[in-house]
Amino acid sequence: MQEIAQVGDYVQVEQVVLQAGERAPGVPDDTASVPLLMRVKGFALSEAAIGDEIKIETVIGRTVSGKLVNTDPRYDHDFGRPVPEIVEAGLEARTLLREPGTRRRGDDL
Amino acid sequence: MSADTSFAAVMSRRGEIISRALGLDYSRFERGPLAFDYEGMMEKTGYSLEEVRAIQRDVGVGYTPLLELRNITELVRKVSPPGKGARIFVKDEASNPSGSFKARRAALSVYEAQRKGYSGVIAATSGNYGAAVASQACLRGLDCIIVQELFDSRMVGQPEIMEKGRKCEAYGAEVVQLTVGPELFYMMLRLLEETDYFNASLYTPYGIAGIETLGYEVAEQVHERCDRYPDVVVVTHAGGGNLTGTARGLRKAGADDTEVVGASVDLSGLHMASDEDFNRKSFTTGHTGFGVPFATWPDRADVPRNAARALRYMDRYVLLHQGEVFYVTELLAVLEGLERGPAGNTSLAAAFALAQEMDQEEILVVQETEYTGAGKHPTAQLTFARENGVQVRRGDPAENVPGEQIVIPEGPEQIEVRDFSLDRMRKSLIRNAVRHTGVEEVSSREVDFLCEEINRDRNFVTAALCELQVAVKD
Repeated sequence: MQEIAQVGDYVQVEQVVLQAGERAPGVPDDTASVPLLMRVKGFALSEAAIGDEIKIETVIGRTVSGKLVNTDPRYDHDFGRPVPEIVEAGLEARTLLREPGTRRRGDDL
Repeated sequence: MSADTSFAAVMSRRGEIISRALGLDYSRFERGPLAFDYEGMMEKTGYSLEEVRAIQRDVGVGYTPLLELRNITELVRKVSPPGKGARIFVKDEASNPSGSFKARRAALSVYEAQRKGYSGVIAATSGNYGAAVASQACLRGLDCIIVQELFDSRMVGQPEIMEKGRKCEAYGAEVVQLTVGPELFYMMLRLLEETDYFNASLYTPYGIAGIETLGYEVAEQVHERCDRYPDVVVVTHAGGGNLTGTARGLRKAGADDTEVVGASVDLSGLHMASDEDFNRKSFTTGHTGFGVPFATWPDRADVPRNAARALRYMDRYVLLHQGEVFYVTELLAVLEGLERGPAGNTSLAAAFALAQEMDQEEILVVQETEYTGAGKHPTAQLTFARENGVQVRRGDPAENVPGEQIVIPEGPEQIEVRDFSLDRMRKSLIRNAVRHTGVEEVSSREVDFLCEEINRDRNFVTAALCELQVAVKD
């Protein structure tokens, strides 16, 4: 990730929406003790370094300000790892359906 | 915008903000401190079933295939008593444009927004509804903002919600992503106030009328193929809209005797607004954290009167463990060749157990699937669970502890539903109605309203009111 965003780069900013003491009444203590943060992506309206306050224009044309946290945001969620317990469960079920006397799709072919 | 944006100030303006963002006057349906005219609200602000079908057909929503799960039915019969094991069908709602039944709700909401002249729509949702609204908004040329609860305070995002956010962005929406907390609603109000967009809430009459076609199609397709209506329809239950709309649609098709069963993943013990619990959940919807509070107090929603009122329609409510839903998600993939879910497969897990109670000639319909993808998949969720200290293992699913242990069944015979008392939820709804309105006595008409709200007789309602020391006026 670049340390500096240029004007027009697609970036992500973070804003404190509510400070720890300003949270909704009745939230659990662990939530009440941390700020409510917001992240939004959009095009940088000025040059900025990571951590700088910056304004961005979002894809629908709204201007949002916040601290620059990402100069080249990435979708990094994935499929995880194959889970052996699940693979085994599937194989066992397939074996059950191959037992003699079990009706299977295509038996009448 | 120079208005005060503190939490208290914004919440104090919620009535006027919501009213402007819906262009809908709920006050004309109020009938006393407790009661309101639910059917009147549905008729006068909604659309007829024929209109809904036309609107949805125009944008490629609905008319999804009904698939018979023959291999899963066969597996059910292997573990059922002789003669038991109903035929299981699934409505493949993943084939809607945005990958879930939520396209039906969004199709109506966004149509209504355009008809009323709004230039954009906003929805506060961490679920499939976001992508559904984004998809419908882009095809109608409206701007769209989706507000999500995504991160814990370490800024670690729930993988399933990250995927849902990506999908919203793919449809050209701005996605506002927040850390854990109920202030999602507060943020939505701020954005509505700033933009003057339409509140594409899940809980308006449009959001519910859009699902009636799903129940209608289920009845129609089963009748066409099997010459009878389904005996049981199982619905994954969270906010109540899916169950309410489906049940109403079944009735409109004439399937009056079909039993409607709600199913949720049991996440008891995990607090929905807790920063620490947030990423210990392996299901982000279809769970008791939404299912119970929304059924027992529907008007907690982001509209004055929620059109999703599950207790009016629910005949039975059953709970499943997380491991059981992951297990049947694998069965659906490797036995039926359908990679779907996982959250939407909660009803399929329930169906696996419920079909064992039913005769072989009976018909059970699982009324939705949802698309799967990176983050939104058993491997993604179980990998994430392990990274967050949750133990994943084979064993007896009854040993499941939400947030600590996910137990994958050792065999199909271990999948069981646990009934959650409907009467307990009904009493809870009455208690909430009394508490939120502060009434000390109610009219006979309000007793009738409560009877409709919980689908129970006057004796039940008056006894519950008596326990709360609320008098009934003649």
